[in-house]
Amino acid sequence: MPDTQNEGTIKITVEFSGGLEMLFSNERKLSLYIPAIDADGSRSNIAFLVRHLCETFMNDPRKELFVLDDTVRPGILVLINDADWELEGEDKYVIEEGDNILFVSTLHGG
Amino acid sequence: MASETVIGSLRQQIATCESQLQDLKRQLAEVEHQSQQRRTNLALEQGVHTIDDPLAFDFSHGIHDDFKSEVLAALAQPEETTPPQRRWPLEANEYKRYGRQLIMPEIGLQGQLRLKNASVLIVGVGGLGCPAAAYLVGAGVGKVGLVDGDTVEESNLHRQILHSTAKVNMTKVESAMIALHSLNPNVELVPHQGRLTPETALSTLQPYDIVLDCTDTPASRYLISDSCVLLGKPLISASALRTDGQLMVLNNPPLPPGNTSGGPCYRCVFPKPPPAESVVTCGDGGILGPVVGTMGTLQALEAIKVLTKQPSASLNDPAPVDHPFLLIFSAYSSPMFRTIRLRTRKLKCAVCSAHATLTPEALNSGSMDYVQFCGTVGPIDALSSNERISAENYAKVRLNVNPFTGSEPSKDSHILVDVREKVQFDLCNLEGSVNVPFSAVTSLPVGARNGRANESNPEAVWVSELRQHADKPIFVVCRRGNDSQFTVKKMKELGLDNGGQRWIGDIRGGLLAWRDNVDREFPEY
Ligand SMILES: [Zn+2]
Repeated sequence: MPDTQNEGTIKITVEFSGGLEMLFSNERKLSLYIPAIDADGSRSNIAFLVRHLCETFMNDPRKELFVLDDTVRPGILVLINDADWELEGEDKYVIEEGDNILFVSTLHGG
Repeated sequence: MASETVIGSLRQQIATCESQLQDLKRQLAEVEHQSQQRRTNLALEQGVHTIDDPLAFDFSHGIHDDFKSEVLAALAQPEETTPPQRRWPLEANEYKRYGRQLIMPEIGLQGQLRLKNASVLIVGVGGLGCPAAAYLVGAGVGKVGLVDGDTVEESNLHRQILHSTAKVNMTKVESAMIALHSLNPNVELVPHQGRLTPETALSTLQPYDIVLDCTDTPASRYLISDSCVLLGKPLISASALRTDGQLMVLNNPPLPPGNTSGGPCYRCVFPKPPPAESVVTCGDGGILGPVVGTMGTLQALEAIKVLTKQPSASLNDPAPVDHPFLLIFSAYSSPMFRTIRLRTRKLKCAVCSAHATLTPEALNSGSMDYVQFCGTVGPIDALSSNERISAENYAKVRLNVNPFTGSEPSKDSHILVDVREKVQFDLCNLEGSVNVPFSAVTSLPVGARNGRANESNPEAVWVSELRQHADKPIFVVCRRGNDSQFTVKKMKELGLDNGGQRWIGDIRGGLLAWRDNVDREFPEY
């Protein structure tokens, strides 16, 4: 991925926890630039980011371990700047420069 | 086998006797303590009347007799009419035992009394439940209930700190009771042998003030959370896997369903269970003892905070509301801890909202199938019988003739591919086997010898190496015989079987079956 900021991109941090990092080449933290406007001409939101991560960063072909029915699968919490995405409008939340998006898979061991 | 049974039974008898001995010692100590107190009281009482007492001297010289008798009566009264334990709110030994936490403003006398009057149910006496129970019993919680249906296994001991080598095969509840009783005999321990089921959940949880979810399956997590909402109990839920842990305080405050000021429940946070195939157990994923220990310890801490919370001083000044949070612990990340703000109660939650559909009657009747709700991964049976070989027959292949191809015995008559992850392969492996980690198999793009496989990916390397020896049959083995089946299918997709000319199959039951049926010395982990 390009490491420099272009016109029309925003820089964000994406983090994975609870084993999801294994689907992303064991990277727990990614710093990346995403287009500010998606292909449909609307401002990039979480739904766009999820598709983008799947297409660009996920090596594992088992996409169902991350997405189901076009959104993150049950058992994954999405946290936007350390708050539950339900507080922010879920996948319609429009991503802003400097946002931290954390995907956490629930753990069940004890 | 027979001697193992005898050893197990002897160990159990010794443990039982030890527990009885400890109980007798405790009873003796109590009786001795009481008789000592009686002697002290008697001496005090008599002392007041002796002439050596300076007070008595003063009283005899110049104080009016009526006043003197009044004072003496007042002085003597506490010893004579009130039993010694009434004099102070706690027992003498409790001041000593809990002294270090009593002097903290967070606890103090009132906090200690709240702990003493409280009851906590710990569901699951494993990696989380052991440290949680130890700290709560140590802190002097009045009553602690323990729920578990398992027995102690050797592979539990690196993290389940209440159990010990001598207690392998004992029930976890019994083992924990022995350890906890010797830690603090003041605490009433209540055993609940067996797993929590929908039919027993409400009656089991009912007598307790607060519940700790220390279990290890999604089904039990939903069941415990639902029960806590129906009964109005706060729930402290934690989990751990590998190097990560998570903690939530749920249904706190435990207000009735429909009251939006109540804390969210497990279903508010996770309305749908995760797909069963995404759930990894500690047995498969691994767990580091201090990681799960940290989470269990934090559960005890949160329980103490909830139990000792001081009620608000006045109605105008309500106690501060605890915002719902998720604590994430990642032992190998920096920072190790982070706290995330969680949502409040979900307006359409099936259990804690005004639109709740779950009733106590439905739960008690057993009509709620939590296992089905969460789904199960059945035994994988992806291959046909002529694509599989038993461990015993594979042992013959290594010594004799391949029953499928009839080829001659030789070290390199075939290729044995072990698809366990490298760290497991390095622990122990069959001589001559080649390691292709399962993660390398799954990360190959679906359906293809094209695209990324041509780049310098390591997975492309193992594929081309296997392609070089087109004449040799490939046997695939893993730990239990599941990943090996997936790998065989994948290899055939990749065309490694040369359109059916080369035999590719897996060893049924994996290295576990190899150990059970062929080589008893092969390590079990
Ligand atoms: Zn709820």
